[in-house]
Amino acid sequence: MTITTGTAGNAGDLSDLVRSAVDAHRAERGPLLVILHEIQERIGFVPPDAVPLIARELNLSRADVHGVITFYKDFRSEPVGRHSIELCRAEACQAVGAEALVAELEQELGCKTGSTTSNGAITLDQVFCFGNCALGPTGRIDGRVHGRLDRDTIAELLKEKSR
Amino acid sequence: MTTSSTSPITRVYVSRDSAATSVGANEVADALVLAAAAAGVDLHVVRTGTRGMLWLEPLVEVETPAGRVGYGPVSPADVDGLVAAGMLDGVLDGAGGHTTARDHPSYLGLVEDLPWMRDQQRICLARVGVTDPVSTTDYEAHGGLAGLRHALSLDPQQVVAEVTDSGLRGRGGAGFPAGIKWKTVADTPGELKFVCCNADEGDSGTFADRMVMEGDPFALLEGMTIAGYAVGASEGYIYLRSEYPDAAHALKEAIDAARAAGWLGADVLGSGYTFDIHLRIGAGAYICGEETSMLESLEGKRGMVRAKPPIPAITGLFGKPTVVNNVLTLVSVPTILAEGGTKYAELGVDRSRGTQVFQLAGNIARGGAFETAFGISLEKLVHEYGGGTRTGRPLRAVQVGGPLGQYIPADKLDIPTDYEAFAAADAMLGHGGITVFDDTVDMAHMARFAMEFCAEESCGKCTPCRVGSIRGVETIDKIVGGVDPDGNLALLNDLCELMTDGSLCAMGGLTPNPVRSALLHFPEDFTPGVHDRKEAAR
Repeated sequence: MTITTGTAGNAGDLSDLVRSAVDAHRAERGPLLVILHEIQERIGFVPPDAVPLIARELNLSRADVHGVITFYKDFRSEPVGRHSIELCRAEACQAVGAEALVAELEQELGCKTGSTTSNGAITLDQVFCFGNCALGPTGRIDGRVHGRLDRDTIAELLKEKSR
Repeated sequence: MTTSSTSPITRVYVSRDSAATSVGANEVADALVLAAAAAGVDLHVVRTGTRGMLWLEPLVEVETPAGRVGYGPVSPADVDGLVAAGMLDGVLDGAGGHTTARDHPSYLGLVEDLPWMRDQQRICLARVGVTDPVSTTDYEAHGGLAGLRHALSLDPQQVVAEVTDSGLRGRGGAGFPAGIKWKTVADTPGELKFVCCNADEGDSGTFADRMVMEGDPFALLEGMTIAGYAVGASEGYIYLRSEYPDAAHALKEAIDAARAAGWLGADVLGSGYTFDIHLRIGAGAYICGEETSMLESLEGKRGMVRAKPPIPAITGLFGKPTVVNNVLTLVSVPTILAEGGTKYAELGVDRSRGTQVFQLAGNIARGGAFETAFGISLEKLVHEYGGGTRTGRPLRAVQVGGPLGQYIPADKLDIPTDYEAFAAADAMLGHGGITVFDDTVDMAHMARFAMEFCAEESCGKCTPCRVGSIRGVETIDKIVGGVDPDGNLALLNDLCELMTDGSLCAMGGLTPNPVRSALLHFPEDFTPGVHDRKEAAR
């Protein structure tokens, strides 16, 4: 398979990918979410072109599949930045300054939460709770959860990334 | 120091819990291995769950003849010095060797003797932080499987009766008696029945489910298997939120190990009973913690709330009779079966029996998980064990029971932790998550956030929740902005009443809790300009 992260490859590759993801989980009960997770894990997002293919494989309508993808925050229809910063904005983290941290970071990166910096380097997002509520503010940077975050720690972590 | 060939193996314990690794436990474990190798010590690092004393993470525990000696919080930079000072010598104090590690500021003494540990009654957390979470040997050596073995020797009805006698109520927040739910499923005829564990712990201020799944996943599998046997189910599903990848990893390892050991599968522990458990991962929707929405999601659909009735116990997953219980409810079950329902019921007060894992979160000096019998006062938890605020500023408000729970002002914390006592005090004990705020908190902002969160996470099925939450945000903005404050306050109260009475599920129905309690106890924050004044005071 020639599909690489961030690109959907050509149509044939996409249909191979969908079929193999569906085949891996077809026997499970109510497998749509499992299949979407599998596709996103492999290529980073669920391309809109995959929707009719998944629908046909599972004998669902395209609206059913589209409806599920858009309901859940985790499923993305387009690729994201090379790095991701997700900051918790729930109450326990707010109690130790999460809102100020989010504002500072938006300022610093020049992008709002839920968007990617103009150079495509970093996607900034908000999450409601990582279950690290005694050690906030908490954030996930490229998939790894960090506690007791502040502006300096994030800057340090980002510097390591750009090296 | 002796060489590794003649010295006994030194055992140290470092948590692999995601809270501990979020503040550097992996780096500390790596540093220990390097330092021990350099010192010629034969070191075995056991990665456990966390003890729940999260302010002490990364916590390192060294095995000694007297018990485990703790050091925390330890940074990777501390490790060389601690090892040089004799931390790994395996003695409690200087008497048996040359250790001066006890002079280090991170030295804690025997972990079991710390007041935080000593004063708990750990049932759900009995093995968490003690054992290797995915070792079947460790699990059995520390009392695991005793409950399941006993259950399999009883009739299913007797198992349900034990759970009913224990007084166990759902730990997910609603507090519904588990025995009654199980009996309904058991009494509903059906070839195919399910046990679903709701592990979508999305509420801010709660992490006990995660701690148990990461630190003692077999306990959850054992509880689910007992539930399955009691009601006649053959399949179990764990619906875990995607924000908990470490818990997913631990559960996968545990399920594989349990299948290999014959604890799950076609012939559970040789009893002839068939039960298997599947792990399903959510996709970032808070509403899927609501049981009917979770069932929709498990079926591969949008997580839209279902109207009740029919109740899931009768028409649940794929329309089949289904037990839906929270993680801690199911994790309490093995102990109830091993030691008897009446013994469990001796703990607690009134209709709140057994133990609750209280979670101290937010702006708290000593945050973590503290398991004890119901009845301990909120005041004692927050001040005595939690040590007040982390910032050292005066405590202003405490939110109990997650984002849908009321804000309780600092001078009203003297409430016993008991479902009914909380309800009488116009509050909600919920799942025992306790989030602390200091005096810099802007309560109008928190009230607005409650509405904003509801707008963000509403499934959209019913209008009071979907539209009411957006109107709530707008109305609070108007009040704080000085636009007809009296008229808009009346409107907000009206809106809260409508959401409470008219929403399909707890999301819209309980969102008014934080809003109204903020208005009631902190009206001064809803005056124009207060936000700027708060900012200036910071």
